[in-house]
Amino acid sequence: MGPARPARQRGGAMSVQAQPRFWQRHRIVMAALAALGVLLCAVYLRWDWLPKYLPLIGEGIWRTIWLLAVTSVLGFLLAIPLGLAQAAGPWYLAAPARAFCTIIRGTPLLLQLWLLYYGLGSLFPQFPAIRQSELWPYLRQAWPYAVVALTISFAGYEGEVMRGAFKGVPGGQLEAARAMGMPRLTILRRIWLPLAIQRALPTLGGESVLQLKATPLVATITVVDIYAVASRVRQDTFIVYEPLLLLALVYMIITGMIVLAFRWFENRVPSRVA
Amino acid sequence: MLEALVEAFPTLSLLAWEPPGWGANLIRGLVNSIQIALGAYALGLLIGTAGAFGKLHGGPVTRDLLAIYTTVVRAVPELVLILILYFAVTDLVNQGLVAMGYARVQISGVAAGIAVLGVVQGAYSVEVIRGAILAVPAGQLEAAKAMGMPPMKAALRITLPLMLANAIPGLANLWLIATKDTALLAIVGFAELTLQTRQAASSTKAFLTFFLAAGVLYLCITLLSGVVFGRIEKWARRGQRGSGAGQ
Repeated sequence: MGPARPARQRGGAMSVQAQPRFWQRHRIVMAALAALGVLLCAVYLRWDWLPKYLPLIGEGIWRTIWLLAVTSVLGFLLAIPLGLAQAAGPWYLAAPARAFCTIIRGTPLLLQLWLLYYGLGSLFPQFPAIRQSELWPYLRQAWPYAVVALTISFAGYEGEVMRGAFKGVPGGQLEAARAMGMPRLTILRRIWLPLAIQRALPTLGGESVLQLKATPLVATITVVDIYAVASRVRQDTFIVYEPLLLLALVYMIITGMIVLAFRWFENRVPSRVA
Repeated sequence: MLEALVEAFPTLSLLAWEPPGWGANLIRGLVNSIQIALGAYALGLLIGTAGAFGKLHGGPVTRDLLAIYTTVVRAVPELVLILILYFAVTDLVNQGLVAMGYARVQISGVAAGIAVLGVVQGAYSVEVIRGAILAVPAGQLEAAKAMGMPPMKAALRITLPLMLANAIPGLANLWLIATKDTALLAIVGFAELTLQTRQAASSTKAFLTFFLAAGVLYLCITLLSGVVFGRIEKWARRGQRGSGAGQ
């Protein structure tokens, strides 16, 4: 195996002609050029701001990953009923679910975020009942709006995927379960849902990467994620490129980790579909 | 009925066309958004077609460079790319102008927006078009080669028309992404629909009204595009068996 592995990992897109060796001559030259570029960046660009902002950067990265994880999980949980309602529900459940997915997928996330934060956020204080409620300390902050907006966005996109996944489960499996006398909820829990999730798994990784790429938008409503930290460095020090390059690097590393995690996960799930 | 509605929701009158209302501003923003989306989409298609052929038929260096381009652009948030490209492109152009002895210029928002979003779109369309080309039956191309067609002619007459049917769903998706990504240009201060909406909303304090109105406008683009792309796909699939196009 040895050196052949990275070729297949990186080249999933170009594995038409399966290349046996990764370190061909031109790749060695390109890697050397890239290393030179990194070296030049490290020496000639200004990185003296880095130690001062390091704690803030760590906090920002943590908040980005936290947002990504929480909203993806919540969004996926919301996507299951949305997909089920569209695939098998009666019309009075299917129609609202479809409308929800269409609206979420048809408008920019930035607009949804601002609608929630500025629109609803400006509406809430008008009601004394809300201001006196237990929820008010949270409703005054920005992050709940960010979580809600990102969650419903993920649910909208993934709900559409789950609709297809529920519909794609072979009918024979469900018939067999029914013939065994399984109750409907048990069928859903034991047969239908696991098979549907298995079908949706390959798209789930891509959706998670898209969700990661949506998180920097929350910086526009004053949530301090890694993007907001980089913007602050730019405003404080008037250094333009260095924080942005660092930002791109951080996002690429997180994307790589998501892709690797899902690949590992997919290999673990048995994929023998009848 | 309209009067009754305005009576019930007084902020609706802010959407009027004439100056006390902000309708004209919103529509101007919408036109700007569509303009940028169209430009970026066209640029993306150009990059995508060239890139797909490069990935399929190019040398090893071309293929690796294209792989790096598509991987990096698809891994970094559009917002970050827009900022990097926006600063870098304006900086480079200005440095070039100064070096050649001209004065610095302010690059227009439309041009910068189209260039930046076009580069992002290009990365996605390379993959869409590459997949669609791969799905063209090999026998068709072999037949063309057997007839003695030169490669360029075979690409134009056989590959492109046949791959179009496979590519349309992915390209329709990309168009929707292009229209929605124009909203990100609000953050670099370009007066497209989302920024116009925000300005209108914060100067009238009628946040809900304006954001909902903008949402309706975006949704109209989406639904209309769906209809148009459905037509195009039907046209591209004409003559194919089992697609229902020949009824």
